[in-house]
Amino acid sequence: MNIIVVGCGKVGFTLVEQLSMEGHDVTAIDERADRINKVKDEFDVMGIVGNGVSYQVQVDAGITDTDLLIAATNSDEQNLLCCLIAKKTGHCQTIARVRNPVYHKELEFFKNEFGLAMIINPEYATADEISRIFQFPSAIKIAPFANGNIEMLHFRITKDSPLNGEHITNIRTRFNKNILVAAVDRKGEMIIPNGDFSFEEDDTVSIIGKRQEAIDFFNKCGLITNRIHNAMIAGGGKISYYLAKNLLKAGISVTIIEMNRARCEQLTELLPKATIICGDATDETLLEQEGLNRTQGFAALTGVDEENILITLYARKNSNAKIITKINRINFSSVIDELHLDCVVNPRMIMADHIVRHARTFKKSLESDVENLYSLHGGKAEAIEFIIKEHSALTDILLKDLTMKNNILICSIYRNGQIIIPSGQDTIQIGDSVIVVVTGHRISDINEIIAK
Amino acid sequence: MNYSIVLYIVGYVLKFEGIFLLLPTIVSIIYQEHNFYCYLIVAAISFCIGSLLCHFKKTKMQLFPRDGFASVALSWIVLSIFGAIPFVLTGDIPSYTDALFETISGFTTTGASIIPDVEALTHSGLFWRSFTHWVGGMGVLVFIMAILPLTGSSTMNLMKAESPGPSVDKLVPHVKDTAKILYGIYIGITAIELVLLILFKMPVFDAFTLTFGTVGTGGFGVLGDSIASYSPTLQIIITIFMILSGVNYTAYFLILTKRIKSAIKMEEVRWYFIIILTSVAVITLNTMHMFHSIGETLRHASFQVGSIITTTGYATYDFDTWPTLSKTILVMLMFVGACAGSTGGGMKVSRFVILFRTIKKELSLLIHPREVRKVRMDDHAVSHEVIRSTNVYVAVYLFVFFTSLLLISIDNFNFTTNFTAIAATLNNIGPGLDLVGPTQNFSIYSGFSKYVMMFDMLAGRLELFPMLILFHPSCWRRR
Repeated sequence: MNIIVVGCGKVGFTLVEQLSMEGHDVTAIDERADRINKVKDEFDVMGIVGNGVSYQVQVDAGITDTDLLIAATNSDEQNLLCCLIAKKTGHCQTIARVRNPVYHKELEFFKNEFGLAMIINPEYATADEISRIFQFPSAIKIAPFANGNIEMLHFRITKDSPLNGEHITNIRTRFNKNILVAAVDRKGEMIIPNGDFSFEEDDTVSIIGKRQEAIDFFNKCGLITNRIHNAMIAGGGKISYYLAKNLLKAGISVTIIEMNRARCEQLTELLPKATIICGDATDETLLEQEGLNRTQGFAALTGVDEENILITLYARKNSNAKIITKINRINFSSVIDELHLDCVVNPRMIMADHIVRHARTFKKSLESDVENLYSLHGGKAEAIEFIIKEHSALTDILLKDLTMKNNILICSIYRNGQIIIPSGQDTIQIGDSVIVVVTGHRISDINEIIAK
Repeated sequence: MNYSIVLYIVGYVLKFEGIFLLLPTIVSIIYQEHNFYCYLIVAAISFCIGSLLCHFKKTKMQLFPRDGFASVALSWIVLSIFGAIPFVLTGDIPSYTDALFETISGFTTTGASIIPDVEALTHSGLFWRSFTHWVGGMGVLVFIMAILPLTGSSTMNLMKAESPGPSVDKLVPHVKDTAKILYGIYIGITAIELVLLILFKMPVFDAFTLTFGTVGTGGFGVLGDSIASYSPTLQIIITIFMILSGVNYTAYFLILTKRIKSAIKMEEVRWYFIIILTSVAVITLNTMHMFHSIGETLRHASFQVGSIITTTGYATYDFDTWPTLSKTILVMLMFVGACAGSTGGGMKVSRFVILFRTIKKELSLLIHPREVRKVRMDDHAVSHEVIRSTNVYVAVYLFVFFTSLLLISIDNFNFTTNFTAIAATLNNIGPGLDLVGPTQNFSIYSGFSKYVMMFDMLAGRLELFPMLILFHPSCWRRR
């Protein structure tokens, strides 16, 4: 597929990386030659220096043969204009990044009136993910499938967890029978567990199941599952705003600490119910003063990654809160892993996930659609939900008779409101939504799981 | 240097050399020469060693620029070392040094020969020597890149090291697809020329070898007098294809994708044709008294100009007997060379365009000291990086040139011979003047001088830096 990415800032760069890894023909456009050179040096893509809004530049980038244009420059207006021109010039689908909260309510209008395939707001998506975790703090990451009926939850095994050292076959008998262990991340290595797998301390485990079953499971594991009642947010950026709004709506009280007085005043206007503190979130006394030790949820969302990490480490030491750390850059991820931060969100990766998913579904196959896609543990594995639409080589065949590729696990089948943890006797049928976990492959069609 | 990946690439190259060597084996069987096993043995050996090298555990499949340069240089050296063995085994060229010279001359598309009597060679030997031109013309690694399981920037680092020109650009987003397109065009041109030559009654064997020599801008012929004894029509066809092979392949890509306007606008291609037309005109006027008709003069002049500027090195006439003005023009064309991104050698037209514009800019700066001005080409400002690398290239080029000249002067031949010998090898032309003129060959030189010229040929084909980087100690250091 031919894809044009306009704007090669942090988000654009990640997008170019992900999309070119997917094997698409990517052309990057940016006004700054140094950025284009960097992208061209690191990835197998074309680069054009110029303003992506310009008709001529788009033509140079081959807009007429392009299937998808993604506008991810700094400016919302530029992104929208860029998509509009692309739409008029070529016959491509367009995706715009629109971040300004002012436009947030108008997104549907933009989408319909401008003919955009998708509008993406990484800050909003990130806030959404954080508030999901706050409402279910036992997990470190939650990925909803089948319209939220099934969830994939990630949690870490601590030293004194009852699961520590437990054999995988005991899970269904001792804990909960409607839960499936989909993948385990052990010291940076992704494992799709087989019959003789045992859990160890510090494993990050991904399970799939319904929310109620998951709560039951966590209860039996001795993990607290109560949702939080108050939250403290360090930094008052766009994510903080969206997050506070979400949390307040759910009845969770929110304290935001922000340094810039003007921004604080803006925030009080926008969020009258939140407590806005004007001060430095790296100030220990201030954090204590505002009740860090009593808070149940804490989110480090300042603009500086290093600051977020330090604040997190301090909060971990001085409170029992559920802590979420925002990290923008993905450099040194191995070092950050070693810090064992409870829960890390990365707006760039969240956005890249969304767009990669869209690009995969673009090539609509007759038999199945990619409904959801999440990259797990820094892209080492993927969880993909397919909706089965037509008969194919694997429908109505007993799963034990299918020869699948290595490193692929069919995690669950969702059929008529019922979740099926698949065994050899089950079949995949039309209308099912099938969740598959994959490492080392990139698949965009359910048929690709069969070994040839 | 990341040894595992460099060895892996060298291994891949060797595997392909094994496959390439099957072709002369077939030729040998067709002509019932009883030496086919020589090629078969070498093919088997290089395929086995190649597979072995590929088999090594690769710690990291990531290729950094220095690994790219080193693996390209080493691949070409290893390619030549193995490619030379059959000549010795079949007895075509008894001395291994001479065989290596001939093979490097083949792969680098130089066409400088040490063989006194070409017509005495076996058919398989002639075929292999011409086929090396075709392989070396577009580049082995560009060929292998289409198949090599490397990703992202790694392949780009290989392509940058092997493709000629001041700045290497892709035609389409993926390096692999770019490599496929380039070889597609290359094979297309080869096929057209082959058909035309056969249609105009050239013997099939000659047609194959000469096509490889023309399209790869090599210059090995099968007859003692190069192209002189073929009919004028055939000479004209070869002239046209030599000149076409010296054009930047981006132009063909633009034409194929129906962007003819941008193809015509390419400044490098324009200057290339301007230089050819002017040189042909001057030489025609200068040598008119030597031929019977203007048509004949024109034919010989354009053939020689096309042959030298594209660095092919075929000849239809012993231009050593031409007046000094014509000879000087030809020697100057040796340095200019073909377009960047073509199969030809030399310093490349685009570098000269950039150099002349830099000079113009500097002059203008003397007049208006505070003027802000950029060197432009093809409607774009040329980046500082490209200008810097062009300047450094010229400096290094001169350094290599004069060092080589000094080294081979030990053999005590006259200056014209030595100067044009180095010019002909460093620019991948083939024949020079005087004792290394079109009717002569390089066998007069000592073994040492031959090794110097082998280095020059490789350095010239790979545009100096990949070969020079091998002399930098930290290139060999493990990371």
